[in-house]
Amino acid sequence: MLISAVLIVAAFISKLGFHNEEIAKWGMIIASVFGAIPIAIQAFQALRVKVVSIDVLVTIAVGGAFVIRNYEESAIVTFLFLFGAYLEQRTLNKTRSAIRELTEMAPESALKQMESGEFEEVEVDDVDIGDVLLVKTGGKVPVDGTVLSGEGYVNEASITGESLPVGKDAGAKVFAGTILDNGTLQIIADRVGEDTTFGKIIELVEEAQDSKSEAERFIDRFSKYYTPAVLLLAVVVGLIWRDIELAVTILVLGCPGALVIGVPVSNVAGIGNGARNGVLLKGSEVISDFSRLDTMVFDKTGTLTIGNPKVADTVFYTDNEDEVKGFLTCVEKESDHPLAKAIVEYFGDFGTYSIEKTDVVKGGGIVAGISGHRVAVGNAALMRAENVAFTEKMTEDIALMETEGNSLVLTSIDGELKALIGIRDQIRPGVKDDLQRLKRLGVKNLVVLSGDNQGTVDIVAKELGLTEAHGHMLPEDKQKYIKELQAEGKIVAFVGDGVNDSPSLALAQIGIAMGSGTDVAIETSDVVLMNSDFSRLPHALGLAKATAANMLQNISIAVGVVLVLLASVFFSEWMNMSVGMLVHEASILVVILNGMRLLRYKLRY
Amino acid sequence: MKKAMIQLEPLTCPSCMLKIEGGVKLLEGVESESINVSFNSSKVKLNFDDSKVSVDEIEKVITRLGYEVKKSQVKDI
Repeated sequence: MLISAVLIVAAFISKLGFHNEEIAKWGMIIASVFGAIPIAIQAFQALRVKVVSIDVLVTIAVGGAFVIRNYEESAIVTFLFLFGAYLEQRTLNKTRSAIRELTEMAPESALKQMESGEFEEVEVDDVDIGDVLLVKTGGKVPVDGTVLSGEGYVNEASITGESLPVGKDAGAKVFAGTILDNGTLQIIADRVGEDTTFGKIIELVEEAQDSKSEAERFIDRFSKYYTPAVLLLAVVVGLIWRDIELAVTILVLGCPGALVIGVPVSNVAGIGNGARNGVLLKGSEVISDFSRLDTMVFDKTGTLTIGNPKVADTVFYTDNEDEVKGFLTCVEKESDHPLAKAIVEYFGDFGTYSIEKTDVVKGGGIVAGISGHRVAVGNAALMRAENVAFTEKMTEDIALMETEGNSLVLTSIDGELKALIGIRDQIRPGVKDDLQRLKRLGVKNLVVLSGDNQGTVDIVAKELGLTEAHGHMLPEDKQKYIKELQAEGKIVAFVGDGVNDSPSLALAQIGIAMGSGTDVAIETSDVVLMNSDFSRLPHALGLAKATAANMLQNISIAVGVVLVLLASVFFSEWMNMSVGMLVHEASILVVILNGMRLLRYKLRY
Repeated sequence: MKKAMIQLEPLTCPSCMLKIEGGVKLLEGVESESINVSFNSSKVKLNFDDSKVSVDEIEKVITRLGYEVKKSQVKDI
């Protein structure tokens, strides 16, 4: 390529500077030959496997230019073609950089315990399940495994997006691709290679960047027949009108570069940006649906709220608070109900009392015998069953706590109400602003569905400015509700935690999982927010919209350029082979550069 | 039957995909429907009958077309 550039320049100088036509001509001829050889080799290889590629078109065009003794054209066309290909490679590498950075985080070697007991460095492919591995400070965890011994802090940013190191000791799970910040660990391999969480994420992203939408498949089919059709057209023009120059020009103009490359370039840059920012978008079909979305349905617990209920209010009706707390925590320690856990966590230890017997009352709570007292812990229904009488103040307190969105746990000792505990799930910090951003991005309906009572759901909806709220919803009710929305012609995204809501995630056009890298979440959803980070959601939507728009721009540029070129062949004087090649290569670079903008995409508000 | 994943140097032109697919398809023992050449990740995935063709022969065809093979993985299916 460099040789042909030098020769072309030399030829022009000799022609214009020294008016030496003969040397100029030979310079151009040699430049053409040098430039054409690599293209011709590619063309020959393509023809051998029965493909009419762009190289074939260009080679024939250069040959045609030789026949009509237009050596200047042939030299410039080959040079532009090679130079364009070089630039394409450079810029394409850039658009793919985000995803390459991700895949390069994959571990390559491991320190494996050999039969002698010594640790030796081996390729990560040679590690099998059950092998014992050593990870040193600064080293990469090579596989998903369990810590056998040692302790240390691991940076799990590659899996969760969270950069705060997490402490690990014996029995803890570690993940491939994470980095041991300090300490030394011996681990046993549980999952290796593509089966590790990191392996799955990479596979998913790699598949996503090459996934094709309906429109792209159409372009693919189209381009398969397009190049042979251009060849045929040129031959027909050449034979019938005996105008080899026009035929050759048609060959060059017909190269389908920008059209074929435009959409994949937007796709890889958009998905790459997401991968860098903790958002996994599963392919271009997802991007296109996601960008047109008008309704978002949220699961409440674990999505809008942290999903970790905490004690928010306490009222005691006793002089001996410590004894009540002691009875209460002792009873609740027996239970693994989330509310019970919240109570134990809140109060901590208040003495140990031996529990004589416990009965679990289904849908009510627990009744236990402690030190000769009958202790009942549970909801209002349990209190009624225990014949507990409420004073006016108690009834008022209960009503107040309920309107504040608390779930209530009541404690009675020997038939008298002693304590009232209000437990509330906390709204995730920042969720309100994120929802406002979604609205500004054009989401019309924001709906919350929950299994909790309507009052609690209404409070959350009001606080967050949601458009609709529905309580008392079982998973199948949520599904039914989404179906109804879809029947009204809405494009629905469901945002949930991915475990109990997987049917809804699958049903909605866009399933968005708040997965901390869990397998179920990764598999059933279309979009994964790493590390359950709700604040990534507006970025994900904005990115999808930007990517979809970018694809459309690229298709328009490509089609527009082809139309203009074709029109100018027939209706203008200035069009020739070199200009055609220049415009063609320039349009390819324009679509790649346009795609590259997505790598820097950031949500503006 | 075996499944191969062949990692190539970065592909830059979409007609490369057609060429590689066309070249590999001509080999006896390669299941033509299974061939998947991905542009952005520059990978070839395919199923082949290892009694008729080896992964080395497949790689040779791709190399002869002008694309460097970086590494390949073969799995049983």
